[in-house]
Amino acid sequence: MAKLHISTKINGEPTEFLCDPNDSMLDVLRGPLALTGSKEGCGSGDCGACSVMLDGRLVCSCLMLAAEAEGHEIETIEGMAEGEKLHPLQQKFLEMAALQCGICTPGVLVASKALLEKNQNPTETEVRYWLAGNLCRCTGYDKIVRAVLDTAAEMREATR
Amino acid sequence: MTDMRYLAPSTLDEAVGAFAAAAGAARILAGGTDILVQMRAGMVQPGLIVDIKKIPELTGIEETADGGFVIGAAVSGAVLYEHPRFGEVWPGVLEAINLIGSTQVQGRASAGGNLCNGSPAGDSVPAMIAAGATVTVQGPNGRRQMPVEAVPAGPGRTNLTPGEILVSFTLPPRAKGASDAYLRMIPRTEMDIAVVGCGVNLTLKDGVCTAARVGLGAVAPTVLLVEAAAKALIGSKLDDAAIETAAAACRAACRPIDDKRGTIVYRTKVAGVLLKRTVAIAADRAGRA
Repeated sequence: MAKLHISTKINGEPTEFLCDPNDSMLDVLRGPLALTGSKEGCGSGDCGACSVMLDGRLVCSCLMLAAEAEGHEIETIEGMAEGEKLHPLQQKFLEMAALQCGICTPGVLVASKALLEKNQNPTETEVRYWLAGNLCRCTGYDKIVRAVLDTAAEMREATR
Repeated sequence: MTDMRYLAPSTLDEAVGAFAAAAGAARILAGGTDILVQMRAGMVQPGLIVDIKKIPELTGIEETADGGFVIGAAVSGAVLYEHPRFGEVWPGVLEAINLIGSTQVQGRASAGGNLCNGSPAGDSVPAMIAAGATVTVQGPNGRRQMPVEAVPAGPGRTNLTPGEILVSFTLPPRAKGASDAYLRMIPRTEMDIAVVGCGVNLTLKDGVCTAARVGLGAVAPTVLLVEAAAKALIGSKLDDAAIETAAAACRAACRPIDDKRGTIVYRTKVAGVLLKRTVAIAADRAGRA
């Protein structure tokens, strides 16, 4: 099978990789690119553990062919912190223990960041609907939702 | 794994040429939220994937001079949601498309894919049928138009001929006092497959329903246009008797299956209930349109 040569941008860095035509974006992130923060939960778009941003839009990287990345920009959980400085959502998830096993956490964080970029003051209902595609089998969601709401409040305060 | 090729042509002619030449071994990729799952499950093993998202006509939303809309077949639910005008004019079509899957799925899934996937339970299809939408398809023998209700042929099958690609949906101009709505019944609050889906599109003039279309999903091998239900509404003031007649027409149109989501008896009863509720929402919106 002929390999495809793909040029893309990942977390702001121009990136090139070779892939098979049927590789998913998640396969390439976790394999050749060694960006293992995105997790494979279901492989069928149900769990959201592989959530990434594609040109600023939240998608499941398991439901995207790696070849589709050509000419587009991808952001993963690895691009969320600035060096050692955690994103406010990451900091808040630690403080409020909004995670247990951690498998869903990268996807939840990427999705939550996408929400707060669109809506700085979401209601609890809006958070729950936005994150409905990120399954967590540990926390029961309440801690996650509270952490997102608390972060949103702090980020609003910080920009006043 | 069989050898698969991936193509992302920038013109429709190129896409149709490659798709037709592959003679049935090819599959179209729009958002991929169905096809990639099917490939992974081993249900399909395409020899060629034709990614249509680099073709401008398939990814654009155009409001035409007469007030209609042309929506590219690969436009995602999230992109359509962000259009400044579409949801005002076609709230029922938009809410149907936006019900499909999670935020992540909305970022990719398209109405074109929902229609071509051929599921009787596809949420956007009853709303598109109620809207009176037509599709443009292009194949080796050129272009043609067909009403949305003529596309599904049965579960997982369409009436597109070999080599034909769904290009766009055309929604007609809106009369004053016209609006639409879509409701579905699912056992959960979100993210499930419709047990019954109902789209209603109607026009009110001085309180009288002057035009109506009803689409019904998940109650037959294909999504249905229920003309008898529309006929019961047209000419009425949407009084209880007219709505009950329309609900009875919906129940009569049902040819559902028994499955884990609902029994034949349940689906048939719910079809009538949803018709009533959907008419109420569409009428309320039409009164303000």
